[in-house]
Amino acid sequence: MLKPEASQAAAEAAGGLKGYNFAYLDERTKRIIRRAILKAVAVPGYQVPFGSREMPMPYGWGTGGIQVSAAIMGADDVFKVIDQGSDDTTNAVSIRQFFSKVAGVKTTTHTGEASIIQTRHRIPEQPLREGQVVVYQVPIPEPLRWLEPSEAETRTLHALDEYGIMHVKLYEDIAGHGEIATSYDYPVLVNGRYVMSPSPLPKFDNPKMDQCPALQLFGAGREKRIYAIPPYTSVKSLDFEDYPFHVQRWDKACEICGATDSYLDEIITDDSGTRLYVCSDTDYCAARLAAKDSI
Amino acid sequence: MYVAVKGGEKAIANAHGLLAEKRRGEPAVPELSVEQVAGQLSLAVDRVMSEGSLYDRDLAALAVKQARGDLVEAVFLLRAYRATLPRFGCSLPADTESMLVERRISATYKDVPGGQVLGPTFDYTHRLLDGTLLERREEPAAGQTVGQTVCQTAGAGHNENEDQEILNAFHGRCPKVLSFLEQEGLMHTEAVPDHDPEPGDLSRQPLAFPAGRAVRLQNLARADEGFLLALAYSSQRGFGSTHPFVGEIRMGEVDLDFLPEELGFPITIGSVFLTECETVNKFSGSDGQGARFTRGYGLSFGENERKAMSMALVDRALRAAELGEELRGPAQNEEFVLYHSDNIEASGFVQHLKLPHYVDFQAELELVRALRRGCDGARAADGNGESEARNA
Repeated sequence: MLKPEASQAAAEAAGGLKGYNFAYLDERTKRIIRRAILKAVAVPGYQVPFGSREMPMPYGWGTGGIQVSAAIMGADDVFKVIDQGSDDTTNAVSIRQFFSKVAGVKTTTHTGEASIIQTRHRIPEQPLREGQVVVYQVPIPEPLRWLEPSEAETRTLHALDEYGIMHVKLYEDIAGHGEIATSYDYPVLVNGRYVMSPSPLPKFDNPKMDQCPALQLFGAGREKRIYAIPPYTSVKSLDFEDYPFHVQRWDKACEICGATDSYLDEIITDDSGTRLYVCSDTDYCAARLAAKDSI
Repeated sequence: MYVAVKGGEKAIANAHGLLAEKRRGEPAVPELSVEQVAGQLSLAVDRVMSEGSLYDRDLAALAVKQARGDLVEAVFLLRAYRATLPRFGCSLPADTESMLVERRISATYKDVPGGQVLGPTFDYTHRLLDGTLLERREEPAAGQTVGQTVCQTAGAGHNENEDQEILNAFHGRCPKVLSFLEQEGLMHTEAVPDHDPEPGDLSRQPLAFPAGRAVRLQNLARADEGFLLALAYSSQRGFGSTHPFVGEIRMGEVDLDFLPEELGFPITIGSVFLTECETVNKFSGSDGQGARFTRGYGLSFGENERKAMSMALVDRALRAAELGEELRGPAQNEEFVLYHSDNIEASGFVQHLKLPHYVDFQAELELVRALRRGCDGARAADGNGESEARNA
């Protein structure tokens, strides 16, 4: 990662896509993005504006994540893409194909084998390790956006460390519903300073971000922002002493692999509304199944 | 049973195949050439060049063809290609007074030096479907093209020679209508800032607020025509801004000059066809400098009058804060307009909703069920309490 010389050599060696640089973006653009990433790592949770480019996929399809991945990718990286936890959803397939076409990098579906994991809406169940980079696709990077529509205003609130409106919102949830009525994109406090949107992860995944050994990079292409959580950084989901943060739990196990600790998708299997509960993380599910079969 | 999310790769390949087939249409009908699109659907090409921020007729025509006529998709194709091009500098400001005018009208004066030139406009056509276009016809013989002078309105006591004399007096330059108001000191003047800094470039730098007028104008020039049209319209209907007059619309070819540092003198690197619109708006002079007129500015690649006019109205509306006017409509809100004007951003984000969201939906489903359980529990508890009270 972050090895321009390797990427130059690879551009020639791998062939990539004719007429395009290694990993699609030109080296000057990659440098702009890497500088934004370095700043983001230096100020955890702070949203760094960057000169986002139009990518050959639409905004909303993960262009922020794609640009971050392109900027850090080297020829020896192993790339994994998940969408909703699955490697096989159409857009995950499309992004994986894109990088295998423009960078010629090795791709994988196994969390443990990947050096870069680009994701939308999930963090893999298998714990991440040092040296891995998770690249999140972010639609709305601003955690305060639903409370304050003006960007000029929210930037000021962050600068002043003024998060009163967020706490009031969470309090009003409790007053109105008896609990905090946010199930995904649940706001977190990074390194004790910046309130940050974890991207639309189910809050089930929030605890995985705390003290994570892997580097976590967040790219918002349309909103032109990059932010980061360096390895081993404190990430705290906002809550109150008497209403502590808790994650979703199911009283069922995955009906394929039997996991009771994973995030479950609910699939309707017939007209009468029969539900099937299975792991959202397909690699985790398949690995557990393979391990079971081999016994 | 667990097949819903499998097979993505094959499905994508098949979708691409079907798309190519749809684009080609009925195989018995000859394929549309890029030259035909560029030549005969030229206004589509102009719009794609404008919003795609890339002046290249052939590539824009290719994009229109490839996008099956979906112009926003074509803009996207052009933008994505543009993003891969190096930027080696900034041209000198286009001098639109030196434009080789093909159309030029003013709504503020009956006649203007240089004359009013109608040019190729839909304005006075009767919108009746022309059945003769259903048939393929012979190409017109060479030399049958309508001369530009034919569409020139004969102003009061004017003739072509007089117009030519005036043009000569202006050294071949067609003077701006608003310059006559400037001479009279009736126009709000916009000073060139110190050292005339290079304008920002939104395709390289993210938007920040306040954006400044140069960046604002770049944003509007790339903006979706429909969005600007609606905003301009809203400002006319009372959601902000003052009543504008069209001081001048002109369209035609303009040379572009570039100053290479190593040469030290400008060279002409090509020419672009532009549509420019300048509106005149009354301004009460709440800044203490007296009543005068202000300008709204619109500029667009190609023949793109609806866009240029809408842009001029919105530009003027966005100057409300600078001119100390009351903010009363969305067209005057810089963040609202500039953040939502780009159709590639908008189309992407709106349409991304069709991507799978089942993980988040699952989270919401669990939450709503939990909230309902809590609510039902509370209701049941209330009900018990009442019955107990009655029993007591």
